[in-house]
Amino acid sequence: MNEINIKFLEDSFKKYYFNHFELIPIPQRTPEREFGFQKFNSSFFNRHISLKDGKELRLLFMQNTPSDVYCSNAYYAFPNSPMNEKDWKEADLIFDIDAKDLDLPCRPNHTVSICNQCSEITKNNNQCTKCNSNKLEKKSLPCKTCMNASKVEVKKLTEILINDLGIEKENIQIYFSGNEGFHVYVFNSQFQKLGSKERSELVDYIMFRGAIPETFGMKKFKPNRSSFPDFNQNGWNGRFSKQVFGSKSKRSKIISELLENGYSSFQKTLEHVSEEIGVKIDPNVTMDIHRIFRLPGSINSKSGLTKLLCTDITKFDPYNDACFLNDEPVEVLATCPVEFKLKNKKFGPFLNEKISIPTYAAAYLICKKLATIA
Amino acid sequence: MLVLGQDEKAKYPFLADAGEYLKDKGFSLTQFGSDPVLKLSVEKALHRIKVAAAGEVYKSDLIDGQASKDYVLEREVFSFLLAIVLIKLTGMSTLVKRFALAEARRAENYLEKDLGNASNKSKIDLATRIIYDLFNIEIIKENDFFVMPVSDYLKHSVTFHEREWKLINRHVENGKVFLTPDKTVRLIRKELGNYISSKITNAPKPSMIPGLEKIVDELITISKKLTPTYTITTGEYPPCIKHAIDVLEKGENLPHSGRFMLATFLLSRGQTVQQIAPLFKNAPDYNSRVTLYQLNHLAGTSGSATTYACPSCEKLKTQDLCFITKECDNIINPSQFGKKRK
Repeated sequence: MNEINIKFLEDSFKKYYFNHFELIPIPQRTPEREFGFQKFNSSFFNRHISLKDGKELRLLFMQNTPSDVYCSNAYYAFPNSPMNEKDWKEADLIFDIDAKDLDLPCRPNHTVSICNQCSEITKNNNQCTKCNSNKLEKKSLPCKTCMNASKVEVKKLTEILINDLGIEKENIQIYFSGNEGFHVYVFNSQFQKLGSKERSELVDYIMFRGAIPETFGMKKFKPNRSSFPDFNQNGWNGRFSKQVFGSKSKRSKIISELLENGYSSFQKTLEHVSEEIGVKIDPNVTMDIHRIFRLPGSINSKSGLTKLLCTDITKFDPYNDACFLNDEPVEVLATCPVEFKLKNKKFGPFLNEKISIPTYAAAYLICKKLATIA
Repeated sequence: MLVLGQDEKAKYPFLADAGEYLKDKGFSLTQFGSDPVLKLSVEKALHRIKVAAAGEVYKSDLIDGQASKDYVLEREVFSFLLAIVLIKLTGMSTLVKRFALAEARRAENYLEKDLGNASNKSKIDLATRIIYDLFNIEIIKENDFFVMPVSDYLKHSVTFHEREWKLINRHVENGKVFLTPDKTVRLIRKELGNYISSKITNAPKPSMIPGLEKIVDELITISKKLTPTYTITTGEYPPCIKHAIDVLEKGENLPHSGRFMLATFLLSRGQTVQQIAPLFKNAPDYNSRVTLYQLNHLAGTSGSATTYACPSCEKLKTQDLCFITKECDNIINPSQFGKKRK
């Protein structure tokens, strides 16, 4: 990214942090957290930083004009020591739901490819149309379908967290990640002290992975009808029933079919069911107990949007509600073959055009490498 | 501290304080080498160890967990305590392991019966107290099930390889896991074994008791026959590893979990970071500096100095990285592939 673009983004981000610092909730037990940040055009990751309080956090923003700021979900005795000397105490449970992992059919329609060799920008391709290189960087633009599908996953997840895992609703916080998904935080739960292996088991539970036929009533030898789950049961048994039987009237008939098809066919049914009702979370994120996560309230440099707390997930519109950069017009040279919507305003497609657009839209395109300051 | 009745001491002798028990009964260790009546307990101890060494569970003289006569009960406890003394005298760690495991399974049977004994609340209470005192797991009876917090369940279940123990295969509700008495007890088998084993290891080694030399020698001979087997390796790679190498050779993307598996496997086979790194050259996002950094991290030569182990077959199955063939022969980790015990 060239200097002018960086200067533009740094200035816009700085203004946001100056005017909206109240959107950054000071993390609980700040001195026990590890913080980190990155700057524009630098691959160096500043981490292992410890901060005393909100004042020091504010100073970090003001002194460094970071592109991205991170904070650990873990609590340490010595957060600024190297990883193996930090003395890990516990960690909040965090789930990452990202639209890119949902395999949605709309995806190719709003993805653009940027060639790493010749910088040609085209609508979703696997090979550059100009130089034939297959080293392409993909960038996805906002799409309502993607966000709605992500919201469905968030709702599935919170239902399991509350009903199955006994987590109090007040201890769950849902954040828009600032790009294409959501981060779900769980505080003060019985899982705080669990290590990576145990968290990985929780992940498998939530994703409905590793289920055996016996758990859902199918036995290898002498299977019988009475052991199959029913609609009114709690947990996966109930959810399995709703998915597989559909309605109460069909239950008996479908059980007969399952019995007839046998054990190994049932295993396939389980795999299929897992795809449908398992929650699509990123397993690696939840099992990592030393990770640093984008700081709530900070801007995501992949988009210029804010990682924001969602109080009402159904009504939440990330491309309106999390768009806080100002609307001063800026002239940019843009190549964006896909249309997008921010703050209820449509933009694009732009084909190597010099245009004047609001700061938030310019920042969005520059962050996605689809425009430069003219 | 648990206060145990006579019956409980016989069922769970590892909970009794050995020294104090003998003192209470007015005996010293040396008497067991010479007193013909006490020698019966020594013989029983020897039998108890032999049964354990053969991989079996010792059957007590208790009927339904009750001793018919006081001396039967005493002998039960004595034989356990003496078995520990004898094992300490042999100094053979193989015997410690086998004995601890067999005794854990014996205790497991009693715990299971006590938990499943719907009519006797005090027995259930004792079993739940033992589990709480020893392993810090709070279990509560709810109808026919025992429930425990999901987090406690996970801390123990992660060591199991069978799929049945995965949380998804348990009834989970409101932060609790529901288990039958047998599964509740099975969950702590390993820890019970570790607990008994640590009790033996931490017990002071007594000096040789005159009259017991022959028995100790006999046990040493038994133990030597049990010395660990050695293994030979065919050197062939398991199908999951072959598949991962294929994917990389074709220049296709191997997910992070697949790369982790491949690298940790090859490291476990003694390959160096420099030997492994070129394998990743065809990956679409290859970066030599990052690859070397990550490999060194896995090998434990940089970062936290932890050497990462190859994930289990079970884990790989859930990550869609398992391509099982019959050559896998029931292994539980790819690193065991092709190893044959001789």
